[in-house]
Amino acid sequence: MKNYIVIGIKLTLATIVFFAGIYTLFIFGIAQIAPNQGKGIVVESNGKKFYKNIGQSFTDAKYFNSRPSAVGYNAAGSGGSNKGPSNPEYLAEVQKRIDTFLIQNPDIKANEIPADLVTASGSGLDPNISVQGAKVQIKRIAKTRNIEESKLEKLIAENTEKPLLGVFGPEKINVLQLNIGLDKLK
Amino acid sequence: MNTEIIGIIAMFVLTLILAIPLGRYIAKVYLGQKTFLDPVFVPIETLFYKVSGIDAKKEMNWKQHMVALLAINVVWFALGMIVLLCQGWLPLNPDNNPNMTPDLAFNTIISFLVNCNLQHYSGETGVSYLSQLFLMFLQFVSAGIGLAAAAVLFNALKERTTETLGNFYNYFIKSCTRILLPISVIVATVLLFNGTPMTFEGKQEMTTLQGDAVQVSTGPVAAFTAIKHVGTNGGGFFGTNSAHPLENPNYLTNIVEMIAQMIVPFAMVFALGFYLNRRKLSWMIFGVMTIGFLALTIPTVITEMNGNPAITQMGIDTTAGATEGKEVRFGAAASGYWSIATTVISTGSVNSMHDSAMPLSGMNQLLAMMVNCFYGGCGVGILNFYIFIILAVFISGLMVGRTPEFLGKKIEAREMKIAMIIALLHPFLILVGVALSTAFPEQGASTLNNPGFHGFSEILYEFTSSAANNGSGFEGLGDNNPWWNITTGIVLLLSRFLPIIGPVAIAGILASKKHIPESAGTLKTDTSTFGLMVFAVIFIIAALSFFPSLTLGPIAEYFTLY
Repeated sequence: MKNYIVIGIKLTLATIVFFAGIYTLFIFGIAQIAPNQGKGIVVESNGKKFYKNIGQSFTDAKYFNSRPSAVGYNAAGSGGSNKGPSNPEYLAEVQKRIDTFLIQNPDIKANEIPADLVTASGSGLDPNISVQGAKVQIKRIAKTRNIEESKLEKLIAENTEKPLLGVFGPEKINVLQLNIGLDKLK
Repeated sequence: MNTEIIGIIAMFVLTLILAIPLGRYIAKVYLGQKTFLDPVFVPIETLFYKVSGIDAKKEMNWKQHMVALLAINVVWFALGMIVLLCQGWLPLNPDNNPNMTPDLAFNTIISFLVNCNLQHYSGETGVSYLSQLFLMFLQFVSAGIGLAAAAVLFNALKERTTETLGNFYNYFIKSCTRILLPISVIVATVLLFNGTPMTFEGKQEMTTLQGDAVQVSTGPVAAFTAIKHVGTNGGGFFGTNSAHPLENPNYLTNIVEMIAQMIVPFAMVFALGFYLNRRKLSWMIFGVMTIGFLALTIPTVITEMNGNPAITQMGIDTTAGATEGKEVRFGAAASGYWSIATTVISTGSVNSMHDSAMPLSGMNQLLAMMVNCFYGGCGVGILNFYIFIILAVFISGLMVGRTPEFLGKKIEAREMKIAMIIALLHPFLILVGVALSTAFPEQGASTLNNPGFHGFSEILYEFTSSAANNGSGFEGLGDNNPWWNITTGIVLLLSRFLPIIGPVAIAGILASKKHIPESAGTLKTDTSTFGLMVFAVIFIIAALSFFPSLTLGPIAEYFTLY
């Protein structure tokens, strides 16, 4: 037994150097030729830098709003609501979000609101909304910003990300990029 | 057809296509034959052997294998406790995260040691980068241990009479270097080019477009996320695992991470066939596993795509499915598929929050872990399945009046006793744990995030996940306290090492028995009839032991919603 422990200790040290050390440095080396040297993909607007994949809180009426988040889009942490589908407290919360949305967007009927806009994401940092989720906000933004609806429709079409290779997975919109585009519209 | 459905079909088919050649390669590695990666790895392995004083050619019997396996795990446990208890004082801690409490450190180290990664902490605040790297090291070697144990089983199934079954360290090192490492490098590279970070800087400050100041956690994520999947470990770098947009940035990375976690369990089934030169046996095993997997996956995907009926009643558009706890970039189909894939194999990484899944999906996730051998974790999946084969051989042997034999070895009372103990250990650990936690509401009920039947499911899920060495959770559960840390820690230990020792012991005992050549009286084990028999044994054991507990949790919740 003692012999096995001694071998175990020596082998552990050797494998730590290799798998925690050399492997990590090797991947770190590859990162240096990856986009933004492996520090996450960044988009710039007006000299400010944002992480493209980290969702942001957009609650202002003049922006396309993002999904509800259990962590308020603070990417220091991450988290979902972890509410069960039959939890009465949770269902009341969803109903409240729908009511609020209908007040903020008086031209929209309830059956046009897609579920993603009134439910929290898994990470609390979801950078995307569905295409329908953007479309139902057109009327409000057009009024708030005094912009023609057709321009907003065009903006949404330009920012719609198609499924991977056109066939795999859902369509979606990056809220940050959509809003950066929105700020640039005249 | 719907692009979400095409996406998940592509994930399954691609995994299968890649797994067959990988299986051939794995068989070659364990047979000691030449492979194209020899020039890279032979020098590295030789160095490992030299430094550690290992004679890789020394043959071991099954008991020596198990002693070597347990001894090195003891070393990892001791070292890991030191790292986690002192992480606040050690280097590579840019965010100044504090030392772990002893009970949390105990739970964390055990759960990484046993390839579970239960994670009662959040990666952003609970561990330093040094600890993350140490845990990543455990992700490599714990998967290597599972694969090495499976390699011992392969060796024992060869049709000959022998006491010795190869060298443990040889199998272990080769599993890490030649199987896990190359796949991890490929996966990490894909992740890097899709926006997963690999940096040693701490949290970054960012002002949002709307003007709020927030922080963004980063770190050496790409290296970690790759082996987390390839080794079917599942422990996330961040708290929300592969739902986090830096850990799994887009649909492509989702496909790659999905393939990465399923490929080794798939390939091990084929490796068995190549190793023993019994491809038909492989296909029988793979067929049973796949039928089980699909029987759980298809209803889950449909349920998730149909959405939550309680929310549909509110009159909104739920065509995108049940979106609570899911990311828009993956959608309901890929989230439902992932939730079953990660629970049938023992990964336990998540790309959606299982706690918010529909009741039937939650039940299927639980069933996947209760069975724990539809593909199963790295190496251990095939060990679990072997137990069910032994049981099925014995039962069907009795039914048709033939001596129970498997691959030319007679199965007798001693082997059957071990198989029964291992098969019953799993429900025993889960149900006793659940019963205790439910009996003491100040320990169990007070930590729940949801009322009623769903709350019970949270308790059931936590113990099932621990006993299956899975590591996913109904994460609403407030699990970072001594009760959960210690009870699940004990369940983790027992449910890892006994189900490794049991099958290896059976295989070792059978290997030393006299080989009986196949005759007209032999029960054929590579036919679909026998496959059906194995499936029935699995179904009866899982259904009979767990049905009452499922009734109290997800099934009862189902009837309140629909």
